[in-house]
Amino acid sequence: MQRSLVLDPKKCTGCMQCEMACSLENEGYVVPARSRIRVFAFHDEGRYAPFTCTQCSEAWCLHACPVEAITIDASTGAKVVHDTVCVGCKVCTIACPFGTINYASNSGKVIKCDLCGGEPACAHACPTGAITYQDADQTGLDRMRRWAGESLSSATAQ
Amino acid sequence: MAWQRKILRVNLTEGTCTPEPLNMEWAAQYLGQRGLATKYFVEEVDATVDPLSPDNKMIMATGPLTGTIASTGGRYSVITKGPLTGAIACSNSGGYFGAEMKFAGWDMIIFEGKADAPVYLYLEDDEAELLSADAIWGKTTWDTEAWIHTQHQDPQIRISSIGPAGENGVTYACIVNDLHRAAGRSGVGTVMGSKNLKAVAIRGTQGVRTVKDPSRFMEATTAAKKVLADNAVTGQGLPTYGTQVLMNVINETGALPTRNHRDVQFEGAGKISGEAMHEPRASDGKPNLVTNAACFACTIACGRVSRLDKNHFTVKNKPEYWGASGGLEYENAWALGAATGTDDLEALTYANFLCNAYGMDPITFGTTLGAAMELKEIGALDGVETGDDLVFGSAQALADLVEKTGKGEGFGVELGLGSKLLCDKYGHPDLSMSVKGQEFPAYDSRGIQGMGLAYATSNRGACHLRGYTVASEVLGIPVKTDPHATEGKAELVKAFQDATAAFDSAGICLFTSFAWTLADVAPQVDAACEGEWSVENLGELGERIWNLEREFNLRAGLTAKDDTLPKRLLTEAAKTGPAKGLVNKLGEMLPEYYQLRGWSEDGVPTDETLKRLGL
Amino acid sequence: MQHVIIGNGPAGVVAADTLRKADPQASIILLGDEPEPPYGRMAIPYLLEGNIDEAGTHLRRDADHFTRHDIELRQGRVTSVDTEASELTLDGGDSLGFDHLLIATGSRPNRPPIPGIDDPRVQTCWTLADARAIAQLADKDAEVVLLGAGFIGCIVLEALAARGVKLTVVEMADRMVARMLDANAGSMLGTWCEQHGVSVRTGVSVTGVDGSGERLDVSLDDGSSLPAQLLILAAGVRPNIDFLDGSGIETDNGILVDECLHTSKPGIFAAGDVAQGRDFSTGHRMVHAIQPVAADQGRCAAMNMAVHPTAYPGGLAMNVLSTLGLVSCSFGAWDGVDGGDSTQLLDRERFRYLNLQFAADRLVGATGIGLTEHVGALRGLIQSRQRLGPWKARLQRDPTRIMEALVGCSVQL
Repeated sequence: MQRSLVLDPKKCTGCMQCEMACSLENEGYVVPARSRIRVFAFHDEGRYAPFTCTQCSEAWCLHACPVEAITIDASTGAKVVHDTVCVGCKVCTIACPFGTINYASNSGKVIKCDLCGGEPACAHACPTGAITYQDADQTGLDRMRRWAGESLSSATAQ
Repeated sequence: MAWQRKILRVNLTEGTCTPEPLNMEWAAQYLGQRGLATKYFVEEVDATVDPLSPDNKMIMATGPLTGTIASTGGRYSVITKGPLTGAIACSNSGGYFGAEMKFAGWDMIIFEGKADAPVYLYLEDDEAELLSADAIWGKTTWDTEAWIHTQHQDPQIRISSIGPAGENGVTYACIVNDLHRAAGRSGVGTVMGSKNLKAVAIRGTQGVRTVKDPSRFMEATTAAKKVLADNAVTGQGLPTYGTQVLMNVINETGALPTRNHRDVQFEGAGKISGEAMHEPRASDGKPNLVTNAACFACTIACGRVSRLDKNHFTVKNKPEYWGASGGLEYENAWALGAATGTDDLEALTYANFLCNAYGMDPITFGTTLGAAMELKEIGALDGVETGDDLVFGSAQALADLVEKTGKGEGFGVELGLGSKLLCDKYGHPDLSMSVKGQEFPAYDSRGIQGMGLAYATSNRGACHLRGYTVASEVLGIPVKTDPHATEGKAELVKAFQDATAAFDSAGICLFTSFAWTLADVAPQVDAACEGEWSVENLGELGERIWNLEREFNLRAGLTAKDDTLPKRLLTEAAKTGPAKGLVNKLGEMLPEYYQLRGWSEDGVPTDETLKRLGL
Repeated sequence: MQHVIIGNGPAGVVAADTLRKADPQASIILLGDEPEPPYGRMAIPYLLEGNIDEAGTHLRRDADHFTRHDIELRQGRVTSVDTEASELTLDGGDSLGFDHLLIATGSRPNRPPIPGIDDPRVQTCWTLADARAIAQLADKDAEVVLLGAGFIGCIVLEALAARGVKLTVVEMADRMVARMLDANAGSMLGTWCEQHGVSVRTGVSVTGVDGSGERLDVSLDDGSSLPAQLLILAAGVRPNIDFLDGSGIETDNGILVDECLHTSKPGIFAAGDVAQGRDFSTGHRMVHAIQPVAADQGRCAAMNMAVHPTAYPGGLAMNVLSTLGLVSCSFGAWDGVDGGDSTQLLDRERFRYLNLQFAADRLVGATGIGLTEHVGALRGLIQSRQRLGPWKARLQRDPTRIMEALVGCSVQL
């Protein structure tokens, strides 16, 4: 069974070690502005929510790409952007209803979570277990996927 | 290497922003943040400068570990000459602002002069500009942050700002960043306000490119994080209860200053403790505490996030305070609570929210309120319009006056003076519980003797963050010493003071020192920074910084006479608890301390000492 | 089962791939009328900029992709469809039978009836062949006039500027990209272009092209004229439906399709630029000539062809555009709905703009300038018809918190 990132806002303290680890892994230095995972602060609620690509089965980004720059990694199921192919047209950034694929102006390409090839640096760096990588159904991302499935398809019925 | 090697000089008078290379020779001697910025400051500013004049400067500085994966590597400090003390001021804050400054490519920002009209600095990577703050002058720090976010259409900007307190000349205004973290003490926000500088807003996308030895840095930081996780205080106590873990402990030690230090134990301590914050409220069944939270890069996460009971009298018609925000830390709970004799946890939390929103130091505010309550009680405020409730234990007085002080209204204007000026003004200077003009934090030096020496000799006035011997005397870190003994305390205070200066200068949080010693810090700094950073070198760095600060203070006109404590602590014995019958025996510790420091009997560093430290 | 797909653009190729997965045994034929392997027009500007070669525009990287998936690629133009006989006629006279047919013939650029427009120095920018022709003429410092500042015009504009040409844009409407951007955004984009050395002439039309001299002489309806080595036509596109005349398949602007992308004739579907299906925002049938809708429709049509009934939620208007480094985007009912309300942040000086359109407590449309982070969240919030609850007030205070609204509405905090 393929594994997925399990995100638990209740355990997140907002320390941003995940954003640093992600950027270190993917950019080679610490630059949270280009992290593929983001921690969102919900000040009024007193919550932090780490959030990244759900690797959704619909793969809106992948299908919207005009040059097949996004493919599926067979071993992890991750939708992976190929920098050498991406032309930077940004169509995927508007197609993804989760807002988790972003244009990076420094490289002129888009960036998204690729699960680090099966060893996500964010999960490794998280000190509280708010981000784990496991075989699980009840994940934060799973809920998000369900939300998308339900609400996008209920939109269909209307 | 972990430095960005670049500083920004902002001349507010001229309206210019000029980049400069970081002086790497100084960086090798003073590391960063507190040490390095103090070096810049003392080189550039005349020690006799009026703290609120345009000739004073204010430096916001990061350390080399700020913006790295090192745990707690997110700190920054504000260095200036403080209005409360007339001494060097250095206030340290967490949150996200410091790391953002680093990610924008800067080690520090030096502010000089004074703007004609209110401005804020907007810094986006290499682009710096001073923009009009007319629209936000007078606004709270919370509204200021919201305004800047929408003005620049960027929710990811990190902001440090002053609130109305800093504009109104409250002598202990702080600089608040990320809504509820603060460079809190010594009136650094008052200096910022005097410069017509409302806020500093930063967006950094350049990142921290390199550390000296990445793989060794990864190893060292990983090992150090494990030390924090495995330690009972940093791994469990602080995440669960925050610094509020101390409230009951210190009360039981008989060292919880109560009602302007008249007592050393507070009968209401349990009701305002960390444990109490977890208890469901009778009113709505919810606990005061929502969650713990971390500053940038911190794997401890001691921060408190609280939500008020909507029906509590303080916020009944104030929905702006219904959301969760920064909750009570131990010092704040003590100052707003025990120091004023108030045990209403919700009222304390409300006062804490307002201190953040209006931008003032809750320690000095609470202790000043406590002093005012005592002045009122002894009749010294007869004829002064204070409101009826100015009595120890009045949550109503706390709630009313915190707002009035922030807004600069009514008796709040008097409270904005701080306890020293207030007590001087009304003829009872001895009732100000302060050293060098800055009020005590939450440890009574009659019950913890070493803290008396630490307070008396602290370079920024009474402070727990310059030599926290509580760790040893109460908690047994790194070794247990007898809190009532004076023997060996001079050495202990010096060791803590020097180590603390090194922790601060690295860009990490002092709270790591519950678990880390310099032996845990050195490998991280050494893997990150050029040069050789051994335990010994870091210790000497700390000592060098301490003496640098001392020299500035002496030039500013302070003398050994200022290394003292209020009469109450030296003559009025503790009435209850384990320390019952004790006063602080500063006189037994101070001469030995001067000697250990290599200072003359007058507290002046000898030439030999200065030479040894390369000063 | 024999599936035939007319048109090998994004809708056709996505449909072919989807069909192969959904109906492994079926025969799939993918027809295209250009000689190149299937490619994406969206990539042409990057080819013109020199960032990629022609292979970089191909919709599938692997040259064997179609063979490996047993999808037969055929070159040929369909001249007519016999819906009774379920048979196509190709331009060489051959016929081709089908069980299910997908019409994904896309659109073609308009050629306005302007005298002199047939000069070889007047080019559309639609196909790889067009791109080659433009690359020949658009040398550094060449004077180029771009007719039309719509979406296509604007993406070509960036590529032309990158080639270093002296560019003038002529647009009939009062602002740039009038069909994608509101008045604020359109005028900001115009200012931006002017500041970056592109001359923008709005509210004027080209009345004639004189090709008798060494350079073209492009005359405008305000009486002025512009010299040009190259005139590029980007005056909109229209669906390729002419070959359906007499087929009985109902058309309007495009081919009318139902919620399953089924045309009026059994077994025949349409997707992409040629299809006129339900619009997500209005419920009316509209042509959405945009890449993400083409891909979504291609997929949905294929599922239905493979007899896995799948409804399409309606095409959501969405566009993203980079113009000389300034990113603009719009979604859904960006110009608002009756009875709705809106909130916006506008900073002309810094070229930052965000406008959100609400209907009660739902987001229905948005426009952004300079917005690049988490842009897709706008689609998520609009297309899910998410009730915003407390987030509406928060978005009214700070519209930039779209991602927080999306996460906050959908994840248990």
